[in-house]
Amino acid sequence: MNTPLLQEILGNASRTDTNLDGSSSFKAQTLNFGLLDEYSKREIRRAILTAVAVPGYQVPFGSREMPVARGWGSGGLQISLAIVGPDDVVKVIDQGDDEGVNAVNLRRLIVSSTGIPESTTPEDSTLIQTRHRIPEDPLDARHTLVLQVPVPEPLRGVERDMRELARMHAEADYARMWVSLYEDKVRNGVITRTTGYPCLVNSRYVIATTPIPRWDIPRLHQSEFLSLFGAGREKRIYAVPPHTDVEPLTFEDVPFEVEKTPGAKCRNCASNNTFLVEVLATDVRQSYWVCSDSDWCRRHRELSDSSSQGLMT
Amino acid sequence: MSTNWALKIESLGKIHGIPDLRSLEDTGPEKGTAKSALTGSIVAAWDVSFEVAPGEALGVIGESGSGKSTVMRCIAGDQGSTTGAVRLRTVHDGHMNVLDLDPSSRRHLRVADLSVVYQDPAEGLRLNVTAGGNIAEALTAAGWRHFGRIRDRAAELLDRTEVPLSRMDDLVGTFSGGMRQRVQLAKALANEPPVILLDEPTTGLDASIAAGVLDLIRNLLEETGVAAVVVSHDFAVIEMLTTRCVVMNHGRIVESGLTDRLLEDPHHPYSQKLVGAARA
Repeated sequence: MNTPLLQEILGNASRTDTNLDGSSSFKAQTLNFGLLDEYSKREIRRAILTAVAVPGYQVPFGSREMPVARGWGSGGLQISLAIVGPDDVVKVIDQGDDEGVNAVNLRRLIVSSTGIPESTTPEDSTLIQTRHRIPEDPLDARHTLVLQVPVPEPLRGVERDMRELARMHAEADYARMWVSLYEDKVRNGVITRTTGYPCLVNSRYVIATTPIPRWDIPRLHQSEFLSLFGAGREKRIYAVPPHTDVEPLTFEDVPFEVEKTPGAKCRNCASNNTFLVEVLATDVRQSYWVCSDSDWCRRHRELSDSSSQGLMT
Repeated sequence: MSTNWALKIESLGKIHGIPDLRSLEDTGPEKGTAKSALTGSIVAAWDVSFEVAPGEALGVIGESGSGKSTVMRCIAGDQGSTTGAVRLRTVHDGHMNVLDLDPSSRRHLRVADLSVVYQDPAEGLRLNVTAGGNIAEALTAAGWRHFGRIRDRAAELLDRTEVPLSRMDDLVGTFSGGMRQRVQLAKALANEPPVILLDEPTTGLDASIAAGVLDLIRNLLEETGVAAVVVSHDFAVIEMLTTRCVVMNHGRIVESGLTDRLLEDPHHPYSQKLVGAARA
């Protein structure tokens, strides 16, 4: 989607006004860098600053109407557009995949409204917007990770009253969260919570981890990069700054474990130390595993291809 | 006894409506009402003082509307009070009036300093959580993080309050009234609080079930050495559980003394009426 087309869609394109005397004057209007007006950016940046200053605290913010529906990444998009600069390179993934429809559209929107380059490799990117995954490559201080959050409230499952929720967070009263883990373990023998595992940030606030899989949780702990969580529909922003403790809530005698399927490896790159997803084959009555991070998988496939070719010559 | 107390209440007062002290003039036992015609305020409790020693159980008796539940709720922090002081030995060695604490610190007292057993188990328990889970809530609030030890402690408490261990992992909502009350007791005792408040703990139970729960409470009070305040309208409960009691009428204490003496030889006309009704 190029910029003029986008402007047309948004109704912001060059417009002709008719004056009282019948003559017409041409009023040129161009999109602001990053689509959002500067007041909106300031509002969102202020929320982000608060979020970084108080790790894990959900900061309410004036969520804007975006050209994507709420619940489709509008929170992450607002953060990305509020912090993006002309020197950034953007990567957008949906469940690890750069080619997901939602990822492609969000990336086009960011690129077309800023003119910044895009990339699929974390190495070349500075701003990574993601839905429910952290790229497999190690990220560093250059990177800012923006996560799209559907439900920012980790205690939603145990309490629905907003005032009570606010009190529980304010007093760090997470006993009922522990009860839900206790009950899960009693009923099922293991803690069955897989994605969006509740974590204690900086020994203070419990956060909902978007739903990223358990696999990605340890990578938030004492990370080199800044993670920003945006929930557009729920109007909340929270953050995990670099070098911050992120501890999954678990009992002392029940170790936290990441997903692991014995024997499973990626059909494409043969990796068995990445987060794998099961794909059902349509033609055969079986399934196979592939890397969730499609870009990582592609690069490693090329790497192994070239090295095997090297062996042959 | 004057220094060795676990809980001390000084001139506790609660006025609903405008806290105008003129309301005190036309209310109380002599006036036969708690509602002031002068100001329209209700003096739910006034000038209530008593202290409870470790291992001692104090009864608060009176008819419905006499202010006994108000006193209990003011001590527990479920309700704000107009004036007075509540001191706990475990909070700054009793030098702190816990009514002056901010709401957050006040609520925190309920973790390990002060427990309450309500008449309605739904107030003290979560009915959609298992019996073990309810006790786990009290334990995790106090910082327990070891699953095995939480399980063991919950089982030990349920065993002590005579809840069959086979029902430990059933939702409390599926329990009978008597069993719910036993779970509530187990939860209240989970962190071995030095003070426990029991508000009509057996009212609403069948006579045979109530007798069993009363028996259990008496044993627990003896075993744990906890200081207890037992609020009830029923002299049988007070007689069985307490050694000392105060009689409340229209928001004021009209008589206090040893429970035995009060039952044998009540002085105040209202106490005489109460005892007469109980003995009839």
